Amino acid sequence: MENNSCFHCGDDCGNHPITFQDKSFCCNGCKTVFEIFNENDLTCYYDLENSPGSIPKEIEGKYDFLSQENIIEKLTEFRSDSIEIATLYIPHIHCSSCIWILENLNKLNPHISDSQVNFGKKTVRVTYNLETTNLKSVVLLLSSIGYEPYISLDDFKSGKQQINRTLIYKLGVAAFGFGNIMFLSFPEYFEVNEYWLEQYKPLFRWLMFALSLPIVFYSSQDYFISAFKGLKAKILNIDVPIALGISVLFIRSTIEIIFDFGSGFFDSLAGLVFFLLVGKFFQKKTYDFLSFERDYKSYFPIAITKINKEGYEETIQVYDIEKGDRILIRNEELIPVDGILINGKAQIDYSFVTGESQKVSKQSGDKLFAGGKQTNGVIELEALKSVEQSYLTQLWSNDVFSKNKEDGFTSITNTISKHFTITILSVAIVATIFWLFVDSNKAMNVFTAVLIIACPCAIALSAPFTFGNLLRIFGKLKFYVKNASVLEQLAQINTIIFDKTGTITSNKQSNAEYEGDVLSDSENLVLKNSLRGSNHPLSRTLYNVLQENNIITLDAFEEHIGKGIEAKHNTINMKIGSANFVGNTKETSVLNTTVHISSNNIYKGKYTFYNSYRKGVSKLFNQLKQQFDLVILSGDNEGERENLKKLLPAKTKLIFNQKPEDKLEFIKYHQSEGAKVLMIGDGLNDAGALAQSDVGIAISEDVNVFSPACDGILDASKFNQLYQFIQASRSAIKIIKWSFVLSFIYNIIGLYFAVTGQLEPVVAAILMPLSSISIVIFTTIATNILGRKLE
Amino acid sequence: MSVIYILLAVSVFVGVTFFVIFIMAVRSGQYDDDYTPSVRMLFEDELVKEKNSISKQTKTD
Repeated sequence: MENNSCFHCGDDCGNHPITFQDKSFCCNGCKTVFEIFNENDLTCYYDLENSPGSIPKEIEGKYDFLSQENIIEKLTEFRSDSIEIATLYIPHIHCSSCIWILENLNKLNPHISDSQVNFGKKTVRVTYNLETTNLKSVVLLLSSIGYEPYISLDDFKSGKQQINRTLIYKLGVAAFGFGNIMFLSFPEYFEVNEYWLEQYKPLFRWLMFALSLPIVFYSSQDYFISAFKGLKAKILNIDVPIALGISVLFIRSTIEIIFDFGSGFFDSLAGLVFFLLVGKFFQKKTYDFLSFERDYKSYFPIAITKINKEGYEETIQVYDIEKGDRILIRNEELIPVDGILINGKAQIDYSFVTGESQKVSKQSGDKLFAGGKQTNGVIELEALKSVEQSYLTQLWSNDVFSKNKEDGFTSITNTISKHFTITILSVAIVATIFWLFVDSNKAMNVFTAVLIIACPCAIALSAPFTFGNLLRIFGKLKFYVKNASVLEQLAQINTIIFDKTGTITSNKQSNAEYEGDVLSDSENLVLKNSLRGSNHPLSRTLYNVLQENNIITLDAFEEHIGKGIEAKHNTINMKIGSANFVGNTKETSVLNTTVHISSNNIYKGKYTFYNSYRKGVSKLFNQLKQQFDLVILSGDNEGERENLKKLLPAKTKLIFNQKPEDKLEFIKYHQSEGAKVLMIGDGLNDAGALAQSDVGIAISEDVNVFSPACDGILDASKFNQLYQFIQASRSAIKIIKWSFVLSFIYNIIGLYFAVTGQLEPVVAAILMPLSSISIVIFTTIATNILGRKLE
Repeated sequence: MSVIYILLAVSVFVGVTFFVIFIMAVRSGQYDDDYTPSVRMLFEDELVKEKNSISKQTKTD
């Protein structure tokens, strides 16, 4: 570990680290956290991991709303007179040190009796004594040690969430029944005519019957419901033959044991349901720490400070904001409504909304849109609309957001199932008619045997295991997909639409190019040093772009708000800022952001800011152009058109000046023309387009930070591998088709036994699990090979 | 009466017992978080006040 990185958070300490107890810290915040831990014997925090902490943020007044009774009620899960339990979401939880410190909260505040971390969900469940402490002080304590909870409007609405564990119960019941039935049916597999085996046969059989009841009526419930729904909608989905198979198995077995024809097929029945449920369980890969359902509510605060008519501050819920209200926005707070800036210097970060990281400066009287984050001190604004009617939030009133994407989609399994069901039914009928003439006693036997052996367990398992495994492989490669059906739709894509800002451009850096007369060394020196003194976002960016220079003391420095900077050093009198400010009236191009420079009243030139594109964008587009229609759909002006033309293949369509609704309509129009659209975006302004598209993928620099509702989240560092991901999901479809072929072979073997009337329970009990297991092995191996290629 | 009834009763009883334990385990939320407990388990030593010697050994990456 270098001496120069902060002992607490690991950031670079710069030239002037704060030293305390021989350890260096980057800022006072980090040092304070260390002091807190040191005083309370909690320095073990630093032994578990190196520099695990984060810098505590300025939070003064931010959590005042937590003293409001109705808000506390929504946030806590249990309340009594003396005890309160609250679960808080803390995005910073990332290592074992975090778990350790958060579970030792009672050392810092003895009134907290218990705190338990859920690492996957990044939550901590805190139990505290209500008589001596309260929610607000718990939250303040967490914030003071760098673990600031994230409380959004979403927490306010959702209420208490119930975890759905039915699938585990059903699987447990099926596994229990399966094991015990196998155990009981084993003696009869060998058909030894032993005296006491004969004697206890009925008991064994009725026990199996009893064990199969919960399997049929509880565990396989979903298949019956889904088959019924399918038939009602006149669709032969895969659950129709499954439900048919299960009922025939159960009814025939019951009849067999009643009339003592044989031992029945309870073992196959239990095995079938068990394997099917395992497949279902496997397919359900969930990423607890991600949410694919976010709308603006997850971004917005619960409460806001209002300045009432008498000039006092008061905390109100965001939904209660009315037109004309005066609102106070503190540093790092989000603007929840459209409004007019009244007081203060606004520097708004709209990166949530547009993906653009360049901060925007606003003067009093300017209009501010909801969704921006204030980054420079306190501002006051007057609300123009209520929360739900603001420019950004209005988007969510569109119908797309209430539509379920999976509804209109026929999966590969259901496509095949239609033909499969019809074929099997015809085979069963033909065989039955044949046997009616040959040996009518066997006819019913053959009919049921066909339906039993043809039960498409293997077919039903192919897709879940292939996609389930691929979901996990993609997850390891930082491409988080919501569910299996998304992968299937991804394989069918023929049009890809990209957002520009934040998606194909990188948030982290931007480029500036200089045009005009060359600046002398001394002029460059003054330029760099005057930018150093300015806090304007453009100055900061330009400062970072320019080369290092010596630090000099300027003779005069003045910042003209909204215009530029004027600085003087020796003989140089420099003006930096807008075209008018520096005295250039010929300026024509207004599309790109520019900073102009003049020296001693002579116009020198300008710096033009260009987007910096992600690495590999050009290569990716060239890979994609063979198979897909490519479109760039940007909310920005046309300033980057020429740049993009150079960078991207010629056939890429470039469309600018698109509002969020325009993007949505554009996709809708192309879908109506038969396009299968993959939308790739990042900001909240893409939310409509992501919802409308067949597959919507959000690009995220940091997956723990929020991204809009989508079908998949792709880590920005993996953006250039998009083509490989699409190819992999296409290969997955091939794997599934091959495993269909494999299961047909098993079916033909089984049908031979069934049609000829020789289907013994032991054959079914071997053949059915064998086909399922070989499908599982085949798909797992094939997808793993696919995954290795991806890496 | 044969011994087989006893054996059957015992085997079914054992099966049902494990099944009930499983259901109780799911119900209590044991399967909701399958990562944190594995880390928490290693902290037992650090909770004691004289911890420096032990904690050094458990230092991870």
